[in-house]
Parts: sequence; C-alpha cells; structure tokens
Amino acid sequence: MSSETRAPWPLKLASAAGLAFLLVPLLIIFVYAFTTEERSFVWPPPGLTLKWFAVAWGRTDLWSALTLSVQVASISTLIALILGTLCAAAVSQTQFFGRETISLLVILPIALPGIITGMALRSAFSIADIPFSFWTIVLGHATFCVVVVYNNAVARFRRTSGSLIEASMDLGADGFQTFRHVILPNIGTALLAGGMLAFALSFDEVIVTTFTAGQQQTLPLWMLEELIRPRQRPVTNVVAMVVVLVTTLPMLLAFYLTRDGDQIAGSGK
Amino acid sequence: MIVLDTGAILPRRGGIFGALSDAFWRHPKLLVFLMLTPPVLWFGIIYLGSLLALLLQSFYSLDEFSGLVVPEFTLSTYAQLFRPSNFDIIVRTVLMAAAVTLASGIVAFPIAYMAARYAKGKWKALFYLGVMLPLWSSYLVKVYAWKLILAKEGILNWVFESLRLTPLLDAFLSIPVIGGNSLSVSYTGTFLVFLYIWLPYMILPTQAALERVPVNLIDASGDLGATPFQTFWHVIFPLALPGLVAGSIFTFSLTLGDYIIPNIVGSSRQIIGQAVYAQQGSAGNIPLAAAFTVVPIVIMGLYLWMAKRLGAFDAL
Amino acid sequence: MTSAVSLQQVSRHFGPIRAMDAVDLEIAPGEFFAMLGPSGSGKTTCLRVIAGFEQPTAGHIEIFGETAEGVPPYRRNVNTVFQDYALFPHLNVLDNVAYSLMLRKVDKAERHRQAEDALAMVKLSGYGARRPGQLSGGQRQRVALARAIVNRPKVLLLDEPLGALDLKLRESMQEELKSLQRSLGITFIFVTHDQGEALSMADRVAVFSDGKVMQVGTPEEIYNRPNSRFVADFVGSSNLLPPDFTATITGQRAWASLRPEAIHITPSDGAAMQGRVTARSFMGSTVRLGLYVNGASLHAVVPASGNSANVDDMVGVLFAPEALHLMERET
Ligand SMILES: Nc1ncnc2c1ncn2[C@@H]1O[C@H](COP(=O)(O)OP(=O)(O)OP(=O)(O)O)[C@@H](O)[C@H]1O
Ligand SMILES: [Mg+2]
Repeated sequence: MSSETRAPWPLKLASAAGLAFLLVPLLIIFVYAFTTEERSFVWPPPGLTLKWFAVAWGRTDLWSALTLSVQVASISTLIALILGTLCAAAVSQTQFFGRETISLLVILPIALPGIITGMALRSAFSIADIPFSFWTIVLGHATFCVVVVYNNAVARFRRTSGSLIEASMDLGADGFQTFRHVILPNIGTALLAGGMLAFALSFDEVIVTTFTAGQQQTLPLWMLEELIRPRQRPVTNVVAMVVVLVTTLPMLLAFYLTRDGDQIAGSGK
Repeated sequence: MIVLDTGAILPRRGGIFGALSDAFWRHPKLLVFLMLTPPVLWFGIIYLGSLLALLLQSFYSLDEFSGLVVPEFTLSTYAQLFRPSNFDIIVRTVLMAAAVTLASGIVAFPIAYMAARYAKGKWKALFYLGVMLPLWSSYLVKVYAWKLILAKEGILNWVFESLRLTPLLDAFLSIPVIGGNSLSVSYTGTFLVFLYIWLPYMILPTQAALERVPVNLIDASGDLGATPFQTFWHVIFPLALPGLVAGSIFTFSLTLGDYIIPNIVGSSRQIIGQAVYAQQGSAGNIPLAAAFTVVPIVIMGLYLWMAKRLGAFDAL
Repeated sequence: MTSAVSLQQVSRHFGPIRAMDAVDLEIAPGEFFAMLGPSGSGKTTCLRVIAGFEQPTAGHIEIFGETAEGVPPYRRNVNTVFQDYALFPHLNVLDNVAYSLMLRKVDKAERHRQAEDALAMVKLSGYGARRPGQLSGGQRQRVALARAIVNRPKVLLLDEPLGALDLKLRESMQEELKSLQRSLGITFIFVTHDQGEALSMADRVAVFSDGKVMQVGTPEEIYNRPNSRFVADFVGSSNLLPPDFTATITGQRAWASLRPEAIHITPSDGAAMQGRVTARSFMGSTVRLGLYVNGASLHAVVPASGNSANVDDMVGVLFAPEALHLMERET
C-alpha cells in the first residue's frame, strides 16, 4: 500500500535504526572469529588470525557434537517430512471437519515456549521410565519440525490445483502413478525447502534438547556449555560463525526455492 | 496414429497396488484416514501424551527426605508456587515479558510500517532479509553475539568510551534494579537480548496486518480532512492492532518460557524458565518443575483469551 | 445399437443439494452432444459422473454397454478437456500430450511421434518443447485437447472448453472442434451455457435445470418446439404466451411458444387480431417490434422493407395457428 511515495524522515530513521539493531550483532560474530585475543571479549580485536579455525578443526569433542547434531537433525527431518507431508496431503485433499484442529496440533509444539515441550517430554520420560538416549532427542525434535514441512507442503498443495490430479487419473494413471508422476514433481521443491528448514531448526535447537538429552551432547549443547563455562573462547567464536552460515544458508535456499508464490514458513519458527 | 480397439472400460489392474488404488478411489475417506493416522498417532501419543504427563507430574509431590517423587494426587506442589521466593519468580517473569512485549511493539512498528508501506523492490528484499536472517540464524549464536556486545570489555563499553560517555553508562548501571556490575549481568542486558531475539516475531505479523490496510482507506481519510497524524491514529493504528497483538502473543509467551538467555546474560535472580530447569535438573524436583511449567500455560491461556476478544487471530 | 453413454435415473446429491436428480440420457456413438443450462444446473456434475470423478448417489451408468459405476477414471476409456485445462506445469507440451502413452509404456520414440501427430491435429506442431506457462490461453486449450485425444478415447468430455477464449478465437475453435470430431469419429459431450454455441455445434442438446434434464432433442426441436417455459425462456427468443391467451386461439388452456419470425404485421383495419406497437428497433434487414396484444406482450421480427409501423401505432397481428407450439410441461 502506498499513496504517498516518500516516507517521513523520523520513520526512515526509526526503521533504519531498527534494521541496524537486527543485523549488526550478526556481523560482529564474523569479526570475533578472527580475533587473536584468547581470554576476554575485548573490542576492537587486538589482531586478526586464522589460527583458531585450525584449533577448532582439531577438537574431537566438537566433531562428535557435530556428528550427533547432524544425525539427530537428519532423522528428525526424515520423520518430519513423512508426517508433515501426510498431514498436509490429508488436510488439503479433502474438506473434513478436523483440519483446524490438525493445524493447531501441529503448530503447538513450536508456538508454545520450548520449556513446555521440553518439560512435558521430560515428565513423560520420567513417568514411563524411559532413559535418555539418542532417540529421546529425536522424539522431541521431530515433533516440532513437522510444522515447517507441513506449512510448506500445504501452501504448495493449495497451489497445485485438484484438477491436475483428476487430469492424471483421467489419462489413465492410478493413484500411485499419479503420486509418482504428478504430485511428487509438483510438491518436490516445497518438500526440499521444508526439509531444509526442518534440518536447520533441529540443528539449532537447544531448549527442548536440554530436557531430552542425557549424556549426549549436540552442537548447541556444546556451545551452551562453552557459554556458561568457557574453556577456549576463540574456538567458540569460530563455531558461532560456522553455525550462522550453516543455519542461514538453508533459509536463503528455501526462500529461493519457494519464492514464486508461497511464503516460506518463517513465522512458524 | 494407431487406432486402438480397446473397450470402453479397461480391465482391473492386477496386483496389490491396482486393488489399493481402486479402493482409495471408491472410498476417498479411507485414504485420508490412512494418511492422517501416523501424524495423529505421533502427536496424540508423544505430544499430547507428554502434556498430560506434565499435568500429572504437577499434581505429584517430592518427598523431602528421600528425594523421591510420590505419585499421589496432591495440591501441595502448586501451593509451593505461592511461597514468596517462588511467587517473586513468577511476578518478575511476567513483568519482564510485559516490558519486552511493549518494547518490541515500539521498535517493530516503524520497521513493519516502512516495509509494508514504502519499501519497494530492492528495499523490500532488504527488509525481508533484515527480519528473516536474524530469525533464522542460530539462537545461541545470537545470544552469544550479545554477550560479546554487552561484556565489560565489549563493544558497547568501547562505544561509550570512544564517545567519552562512560560516566553516563556507570550512572545507569548504578541504578538499583535494572543496573548491575556490567550490562551483561544486569536485567537491562537480559531485556535487550530478549528484545533482539523476539523482535522478528513482532515485525512479521504487524507487517502482514499493515499490508492489508487498503490504500484507498488512507486516501479517503486524507480526503475527509484528516491530518496525517489523525489518519495514523484513527485509521492505520486500529487496523494494525490485531497484528501487534498477534506478535505480542509470540514475544510474551517466548519470554515466559525461556531460560537460556537470562542464564547467559543476566543477574542471579531467576525467572520461570530457570526455575523449571533448576528444579528438574539438579534439584530433581520434577513435580515442582512441572507446576512451574503450568504457570506460563495458564498465563498464555488468559492472554490468548483476551487477544481473541481483540480479534488478533485474523492477522495470524 | 448400444448407446455410447447411457445414464439411467442417475442422481448425485451433495447433502441437501441435488446437483443431479434422476437424470436419464442416451448418447449415441459418434454423436456431438451438448449439455446446456444455466450456472449451477448440474452440467459439470453430470460430466464428472461420466468421467468417474464423482460417484452417483443412485442410478446406473453404462459406457458402450459396460457398467461404469464403481470403475475409477483411469479404467474408463473416456477423456476430459478441463475447463482450466489442467496441464501439468512440470512437463513440457510434448510430454503433457504423451502422458497417457507414457503410462501405457509406449516406448519413447513412438509416443513422441504420436504426440507430435496429435499436436499437428490441433495445429500446434513445433510447440512441443515449450512449457504450458509459455503458451496463450487458446494454445493451452489446444494442448489440453491434443492430450485428451492422443490415445483415442471412446468418449471425449469437454467442460466449457471455449469459455475462456475471446469471441473470434471461439468461433474458429467451434469449427475446428466440429471438424476434429468428424474426422476422429469419437463421441463428444460438450458442456456450455452459451445457447448459440450449443445450437450451432451439437447434433443433439440436453437442457439442464436444477439438476434435472428438461428436454433432449436436436437444435431445431429445442429451438422450435420447447417443451417447457424454462426451455423456451432459456434457449430461444420465443414469445411465451400464457394459457388465457392460448385458449382464445386454440381453445386449449396451456402455455405456448411463438417464434418472433412467425408473426406478420398487417394494416389494422379489418384484422382479426389487433395490437399496439410498444417498441421498435431497427436491426438492419429486419425490424424488431414490441407488441401489446390482448393483454399479452409479444415481440415480432419482420422484414425491414415495407414495415413502417411506429411506436403507439395500432397494427394487425397475424400468425398461423400451427406456429403456436403448445408445451407439455407446466413449468
Ligand atoms: N463438491 C460439491 N459439494 C457440494 N455441492 C456441489 C459440489 N459440486 C457441485 N455442487 C453443487 O451442485 C450444483 C451443480 O453444480 P455444477 O458444477 O454441476 O453446475 P454447472 O451446471 O456446471 O454450473 P456452471 O455453469 O456454473 O459451471 C451447484 O449447486 C453446486 O453448488
Ligand atoms: Mg460447470
């Protein structure tokens, strides 16, 4: 909407300041990754070096945390893809009474604060006497990852007109052939986008994980440990920068994949 | 072209797939039912089941001597919430959530307004990325960045020093409740980080609401002799309000339920999330932790009920 | 001879809505059959029941003598041209057309050859490599047509295929569809709410109203001898005469229709029936007159030459009693 084209200057100033407030802290991370200072967070950095990248590379605890995070995120994403797609397909292919309820149920784990989901799972594990393991982490992650896949898939299903499916069946394709030759190619990029966002979400999650992990340490848990009880600050700086890159790239890619038409499910995070 | 002399009705396809496909066509509800079963089971058992378990736990209690959970119904755990030390935690958390929500509304509005009303083309993309990048980059890293900014030897101090304004900062830090040793161990620090991290959740719905305000409404108002300020106050703001309320649901609820931020940047006085984490972890008091977790659910229930009456959900 | 499509007392209800209500239709092989009716009268539903997208609530359907209820669309040798074309956006034009051949495992070279042939039939040779999004509305419509005929279905269903085209394209497509149907010899069932299109193209027409078939017949029958007020009103520009008026002429009390061309104007003196001219509009070779006769309003189309009646003139009104068509139905 725009009736006048020029914004008043106080508005320009306020929004520019707001944008700077949002973006500058992210840039700072990139500078600190190269600092030579070891003990404190002194600004400006006394010097710049690449040495911490090598040190970080050599840390085995970091590698095992990373491996665990990738494993958890992969399996959670796989589960989220299956559940989210099924849900989206069911909701959009028919007009049935419970669709509002389904949408609400799927969005709840992420709309409610992490401690609720985390504490709920923790209570359930305690009552059912389930010991913490790799799978307890996955259980939590998959649950809140479903929503991003679901949102992306629903948006695409809505755009893929129902008559395409009918056209395919009309031309002789049974349900399975229609799925393979028409539905899958049409929702493919939306699923890819949803899957990447789910991966990023799981890869980054910390609050729920603190309630569902025992001795296991995912990368965010490793970082949290470092933030509370720092051992080698420069290594944390390097990891922070890498994590920013790893989590924002899928978001940019997902944006690119779904840019014509549907919204990416950003607000669902 | 080959003219095929097939019948009008083709034979049934063999195999399990042919039969299944026919069955799905004949009973479309069957397919929907089958598709819904796995997600509904997952969410029903794992998620709703866990929420029930949470509720159940909150009605149990901890035996003070053995340190074991007594699985018997009691309201004593909830009664503990009203002990002064615990009740302070709740009040403190709600005040913090309210402050964060109010501030995000004020900071978000100009950004959302600019993005919705004036930004075009490249600028629109910049605004979009300006909101989405912080939203999607790692939560912990964002908190960490603020630790770097707020630390005693960090950027903000350096800025004040360069501008020779250090006395001003020291004066601020000496204010009792909101001050502290340095910004990174003060309520102000916690507040700033909360504000930063939840801000995108306020901008997005507000922008969505503003984008739905039709231009001709603004023109009409100007036409009828309203000053730009009157137009803003009587036309644009009321129409944006549902968006702001929707955003506030996020900022309010997320602040109520966070414990990492105050742990990393903040004073030693706990908020609800920290209490939950401490009780279930080192203290081993799962019932009290569960009862504490129910508090944000109840508060959010009230909040949502009020928001609904304001019509905030049309903007979600 | 068996019908191409036979509907016997077929109903399709959506809750309280009777989209199709006890419809009987016999469509002959090789026929160009039109379904005509106002919006919401159940034409699309009828087509979808024949294609197999909807299952009838009651009744019996046969396609070339074989029972069709309970048979999914992919086992019916019936193809549809969709109103919104429904071209697959992820396939190019050639693969869209070759889709049904691909499903039947025709090898690639052969199916591309056949698809090219089909494209040639709709005058789109050389467009195979394009994406549907890169075509105009009329071109998309032809691709949809080529895709539907490529594997020679027994019956082709078309749901307002020309609805989205502009007038000129529409007229040329009407002729092309007609000649395509003649050369393929396939039964065409064609939905439209444009009565001119239905009458000019179809061998026979069914007129729908509120889920029911009001009348089935050749365009001439429908136009000249509507069986009900609804059909007369919807199809023609016929005069509708109330029972009181009809009774004075034929002695029978029934609604009747009278085509405007059947009315002649004479000088008023000595005429058996007189009327007052209420409106006059010049149409080129003809003049259209509004007349008020014995309490009924009529309109007549008369040759322009030699007719100088003006508004408010009294004129004689003359028509052959046989031109008055009494209708069987009440409504
Ligand atoms: N899936 C459905 N659910 C409920 N009602 C339906 C459904 N499909 C059609 N109807 C109703 O059935 C009636 C007939 O619809 P149909 O689409 O067959 O009309 P039509 O003659 O094709 O109209 P148009 O010329 O507008 O395309 C309408 O009242 C319509 O609202
Ligand atoms: Mg229709």
